[in-house]
Amino acid sequence: MKLRGAEIILKCLEREGVDTVFGIPGGSVIPLFDALHDNKKIKLFLTRHEQGAAHMADGYARASGKTGVCIATSGPGATNLVTGLATALLDSVPMVAVTGQVVSHLVGNDAFQEADTTGITRPVTKQNYLVTDVRDISKTMAQAFYLARSGRPGTVLIDVPSDIQKAECEYDPKPDSSIRGYKPSKDGNPRQIKTALNALLSSKKLLVYAGGGVISSGAAKELTDFVRKLNAPVTLTLMGIGGFPGTDELFIGMPGMHGTQAANYAFQNCDMVFAVGARFDDRVTGKVSAFAPHAKIVQVDIDPTSISKNVTADIPVVGDCKSVLRQMLILLGGIQKTPDYTSWRKDIAVVSKKHPLCYKDDAVLRPQYVIDRFYQITKGKALVVTEVGQHQMWAEQFYKFDNPRRFITSGGLGTMGYGLPGAIGAKRACPDMEVIDIAGDGSTQMNIQELATAKVYGIKVIVAILNNSYLGMVRQWQELFYKKRYSGVLLGSQSSKDQKYWPDFKLVGEAYGLKGMRIEHKKDVDAAIKEALAFKETVVMDFQVAKEENVFPIVPGGASIDQIIDMS
Amino acid sequence: MKHTIAAMVENKPGVLARISGLFSARAFNIMSLTVGETEVSDVSRMTIVVKGDDKILEQVVKQLNKLPDVIKVIDFKNEEFIDRDLMLVKVNASKALRGEIIEIANIFRANILDVSADTMTIELTGRETKLEGAIRLLRPYGIKEMVRAGVVAMSRGRK
Repeated sequence: MKLRGAEIILKCLEREGVDTVFGIPGGSVIPLFDALHDNKKIKLFLTRHEQGAAHMADGYARASGKTGVCIATSGPGATNLVTGLATALLDSVPMVAVTGQVVSHLVGNDAFQEADTTGITRPVTKQNYLVTDVRDISKTMAQAFYLARSGRPGTVLIDVPSDIQKAECEYDPKPDSSIRGYKPSKDGNPRQIKTALNALLSSKKLLVYAGGGVISSGAAKELTDFVRKLNAPVTLTLMGIGGFPGTDELFIGMPGMHGTQAANYAFQNCDMVFAVGARFDDRVTGKVSAFAPHAKIVQVDIDPTSISKNVTADIPVVGDCKSVLRQMLILLGGIQKTPDYTSWRKDIAVVSKKHPLCYKDDAVLRPQYVIDRFYQITKGKALVVTEVGQHQMWAEQFYKFDNPRRFITSGGLGTMGYGLPGAIGAKRACPDMEVIDIAGDGSTQMNIQELATAKVYGIKVIVAILNNSYLGMVRQWQELFYKKRYSGVLLGSQSSKDQKYWPDFKLVGEAYGLKGMRIEHKKDVDAAIKEALAFKETVVMDFQVAKEENVFPIVPGGASIDQIIDMS
Repeated sequence: MKHTIAAMVENKPGVLARISGLFSARAFNIMSLTVGETEVSDVSRMTIVVKGDDKILEQVVKQLNKLPDVIKVIDFKNEEFIDRDLMLVKVNASKALRGEIIEIANIFRANILDVSADTMTIELTGRETKLEGAIRLLRPYGIKEMVRAGVVAMSRGRK
């Protein structure tokens, strides 16, 4: 039986196990939305902005481990996806975007709502396609999903002109998805794995440094077993949070710019770094030439381009973190004597004890306190999504995660406006989890329109806005490094004549038919959190926190990671 | 340092853009780039000559290898290889000077493709140094127009 291109696209999505798509229609995707109208297996979430759709698909993917899907129309619809695609690609999130394109004979003609979508999205996708023949759809979709979720996961975009969506052909249910130029190495070289393990076992001061690769390959259990077997200290990058239990005493915190003093001390004093699915990002290493000066480096990564990119690896292993760690665990089983890291751990513990993560516990409503209370009241069981900025760092510092895929944040691109749609996507993936969007007043306003999406589909998330009326992170840099010249960072009332709460987030929540709350005093925090947790619909919580609170510790940009400014 | 790289790629739209994007994103200037069909009809071969830091280039080669549309990459850094460039040069050549120019062309084993009342067009194939040698000798006559095809390269021996 012949099917229309649009129907074939949906058949392909069903084939890949997709049950949710996020998107907005427009002239060039009407045929696809027409087909969606009759589809019982795929639920459409109509978002209020295409960027929201992309972040929802991303949040859905990060929370579930499945591939997120978003749909947009040609031209502005597609360009609005760009930030979402870049966000997902940089954090290795599997995502497929389907965009409509103007009819084939108008492509390249500056037609209405035309943009060179494949051209614009090339740098923000692992691969993209312009489909020119309806018979290619099935195979292209199969390749797209294969590329998105295999190897180092990433984004794939498929651009389909509207006439191709309407054209008919036989549906090929089992096309060949293999790609001759693409064969990601999964298992790693066994000899290299053995060499790597032997090197690790020869160390006296080992530091395990794990990142997002552990989460995306599902290797949290293997990493935890491995670390516990060796009793070695472990640090996790922002993307790796939850890859090892945050409450375990072997965990010494996140490293880098806003990392713990202990983690940075460990890098600067260890004799061996075991990097697992982490890419030595500049926010981790600080000044590279001064980074981990005494350490040999063993690096496991599925992406060969991540190895020795910033810091040269002495022993590289190209492979999937889970598979490589498994092989190492098997080898470790046959080894009687492993190194004793007790005194090394004690050295680190001294630093931890001397410089713990802390905040002032006084009468002021401080943002860290709010996160701390969320952690205590939810007993660490919530799924936390964040926006980007100071609150993001505080969320990492003061909410502890024992499981993977429970801390979702835009780490690589640092996209403000990610949190709210990301949380909605995550909630769709994990309907039984309590989802909290730890947010700032700046970021929240970048995709605030998605409150409507939460309302319409009955998605319950808690939007906890730590409102300091500033673009707080930039303000902090201006305070510390630009002589307190606050340029372009004030978001709240400009003078005392203005209304006090501006914008009034409580009213904004209510305007969308949701619950709005304002919390101004420390004593009211617990009751408010409990009330929000008990509420059935999305709650917008406006915490009026201390305005000029800073994230500490901080390593100034470009400095060595032992040049730390901490709370005085 | 100058590097010559060959890449076997899918013969389809967008591939060239993705590859040139890898270089431009790192502010690498491509000195020459050629693309053409190979013995396999749906595979194109690119020869890319770039100047740049060894370490960054190693990263670019890895990035090239990672692209799904790239089937194979040859970095000629560690190999013996043959490379050739092709050039067409149109020089001023009055009747009196034709003999001299033909002599130069013969020395370089170049072909005379076209002659007019006051110009000659010469075709020359060879390594870059040879082409540059010929240009040096022809320049005094006045080069009206010049075009180079770009370098193509292949490993020596059975490989």
